[in-house]
Amino acid sequence: MRKLSFLFITILFLGVSCGDNTPSGPSPDDFDRQAILINWSDNIIIPAFRNMSTESAGLRSETESFVQSPTVQNLTSLREAWETAYLAFQHVSMFEMGVAMDLRYRDNLNIYPTNPDEIEESINSGSWNFDLPSLNDSQGFPALDYLINGLAATDAEIVEFYTTNPAAEQYRSYLLDLTLRIETLTNTVLEDWTSGYRDEFVNNSGNGANASLDMMVNDYIYYYERNLRAGKIGIPAGVFSGNPLSTHVEAYYSDGFSKALFMESLTAVRNFFNGDHFDSQNSGESLSSYLQYLQSMKESVDLSTLIDEQFVSAENAAAALSPDFRQQVEDDNTLMLATYDQLQANVVLLKVDMLQSLNINVDYVDADGD
Amino acid sequence: MESTVHTYLSKKRNAAPLAVFRIFFGLLMFISILRFAMNGWIHKLYIEPSFFFSYLGFEWVRPLGDATYLIFIVCGLSALTVSVGYRYRWSIIIFFLSFTYIELMDKTTYLNHYYFVSILSFLMIFLPAQVYFSMDAYRDKTKRFELIPAWTIDSIKLLLGIVYVYAGLAKLNSDWLIEAMPLQIWLPAKYSLPLLGDLFQQVWTHYAFSWAGAIYDLTIPFLLLYRKTRPLAFVLVVIFHALTRILFPIGMFPYIMIVSALIFFDAGLHQRILDYISRLFNIQSQDFNNRRSFEFTNRWKRKTIHFTVGTFFLLQLLIPFRHLLYPGELFWTEEGFRFSWRVMLIEKAGYTDFKVVDPESGRRFYVDNTRFLTRFQEKQMSTQPDFILEYALFLEDYYQQQGITDPEIYVDSYVALNGRPSQPFIDPEADLTRFKPSLKHKNWILPFNDEIKGL
Repeated sequence: MRKLSFLFITILFLGVSCGDNTPSGPSPDDFDRQAILINWSDNIIIPAFRNMSTESAGLRSETESFVQSPTVQNLTSLREAWETAYLAFQHVSMFEMGVAMDLRYRDNLNIYPTNPDEIEESINSGSWNFDLPSLNDSQGFPALDYLINGLAATDAEIVEFYTTNPAAEQYRSYLLDLTLRIETLTNTVLEDWTSGYRDEFVNNSGNGANASLDMMVNDYIYYYERNLRAGKIGIPAGVFSGNPLSTHVEAYYSDGFSKALFMESLTAVRNFFNGDHFDSQNSGESLSSYLQYLQSMKESVDLSTLIDEQFVSAENAAAALSPDFRQQVEDDNTLMLATYDQLQANVVLLKVDMLQSLNINVDYVDADGD
Repeated sequence: MESTVHTYLSKKRNAAPLAVFRIFFGLLMFISILRFAMNGWIHKLYIEPSFFFSYLGFEWVRPLGDATYLIFIVCGLSALTVSVGYRYRWSIIIFFLSFTYIELMDKTTYLNHYYFVSILSFLMIFLPAQVYFSMDAYRDKTKRFELIPAWTIDSIKLLLGIVYVYAGLAKLNSDWLIEAMPLQIWLPAKYSLPLLGDLFQQVWTHYAFSWAGAIYDLTIPFLLLYRKTRPLAFVLVVIFHALTRILFPIGMFPYIMIVSALIFFDAGLHQRILDYISRLFNIQSQDFNNRRSFEFTNRWKRKTIHFTVGTFFLLQLLIPFRHLLYPGELFWTEEGFRFSWRVMLIEKAGYTDFKVVDPESGRRFYVDNTRFLTRFQEKQMSTQPDFILEYALFLEDYYQQQGITDPEIYVDSYVALNGRPSQPFIDPEADLTRFKPSLKHKNWILPFNDEIKGL
């Protein structure tokens, strides 16, 4: 008995002292998970929001020019600014954390299809409150799409809405308000990240349902599944309804811009997985490198490679698509469905295989086995 | 033989261990219910969802809307009256029924330790846990007894022994012992724990924990039985369950097991615990020591109780082996997995897409599961075939109401088990609306591409 207790205490002591060897930071064998959070925030999230902020300021100033002098030429410049900003948004849309979550940033900037009747109603009534959730679908990029691409068939006719139309002043003011709101919301989110949330995010590096890594991965998969796979491809292709819904494509009124948005968002999602820095050739710690580290403890397929290859397969499938998804859905939906299948295959890898490897729980309740 | 049984059944022991067990069990259950409510889980698990998964034969057990809170109140209060031993027999019956009702409301929340509480409280209905140091005995002198049949204390030891040994036997498989799975997935994720976090990154730690866990489960009931090893065993119990508490979200279970292990100690320890409680609440505990011996006086009643408890244990010994009646890999099909003390054995992740086909129009589309299920329900559904079938049949009903006369439901399903890459789980060609929930083998589960050796 005494011998047993002695042995036991010795083992316990050894166990504790093993952990004690490295009081200052993780041992060299450990993977530094905080480095992922640092790479994400400093090299991906914040630069992407900075860029988004610049582009949304550009969009606002082009809108001001157009509102001051509504010409076909200014309309064309405004469209270009809208496209650049919309592309920039694809790099920040998935980061619905911190104040972005409180503001419901994504819902305010990119709910589509937009609601033209509601927009016209607001414009005719001369008043609108974009803070109302009920107006989510009459603001942001899709509403802009309608107002600069969808009001009429020709540019000259569109410009008339801002010049000779009886409600021209309201049209101008609604348009300007839309871009102001995009800029304000973006700057609020950027400021939140740069004035403290970054540190909070990086320091919340533990494990558990409310840890940054767990929340980010959950949000990331959610975005991939809901907004990218379903929103941009699946819903317009009729995967969830049984019949194609060409009205549900992103940038519906534009002259073939939906594919560019989709490709940009796929790139953003892939870069995030691989830890590729925003707007640079460098890369850092990421889900990919974390998976590589964890796989090293098991003899298994290299999951990070599988996932990255699957992103490429989706890109390749999408390469065959027309720049205008609306047309694609109406002409040959099978190509859309084929792209969907490639995106879907990665949902399985991300949500099943990756979540299993990272051991990230979907939801907190004490019920995981027992 | 018969006389040995007879001698055993008439053996008497001090009633203190069972009384202490009753007090702690009731108290822990009360805290457990309170904690459940305070975490907002009643609402989250039983009010919020619109669909609930049922156990076969218990489809009629459902949450009752806001009245569900009432069941929890009844359950919590009866736990308290069990603890103090007030109208014990009624209290423990009400506790057993309300607790079991709660557990049967939604299969999604199945946990081995909830099942353990259910069957333990069922067993306690037949034990004279109220004859010593209880309100009942305090109020009525004739109901006070210092001695009770030894088997009533031993039955709890036996139940604990079954839980541990079966859990240990279940660990004797190649994934657990040779691959150190699923601990090899779970432990590295606990990197932020002080001291242990770094240790959990080491592969040898995963093996050490796996093997120690199996040895612990298989030996601990025996170490607790013998006086010489008992103190060490109890220290091990505390350390083991404290560790599991730190590592996994398993709520009250560790405390229940630690407190239950006290039943193995001699009455002396329990007397000291009761003395302490007596001093705390100023109770005249000496009044209970009347040298009277409790007997199930009515011969018919005694026989019924012996028979019921005997049958109960026979079932407890057999039910965990029912998986032998099914073909295929148990961890994969989970046919016969529940109610058999397979505790923390598998890490499963899954993804299931339901395809609805209208054979009349040829229209086909996928279902957005989040429309009907919570994320927790969706997670549980995705890896367990009986959930998948039940949900498919629900979808059949739903789309019939939506105007599709005879919808066909197919699933694309992928599951990853214990670190293996995901593989297709359910036959995508099988129209699930053609099947009914039953205990029969589900031949629409695709075979597992690997072999797990073990019991």
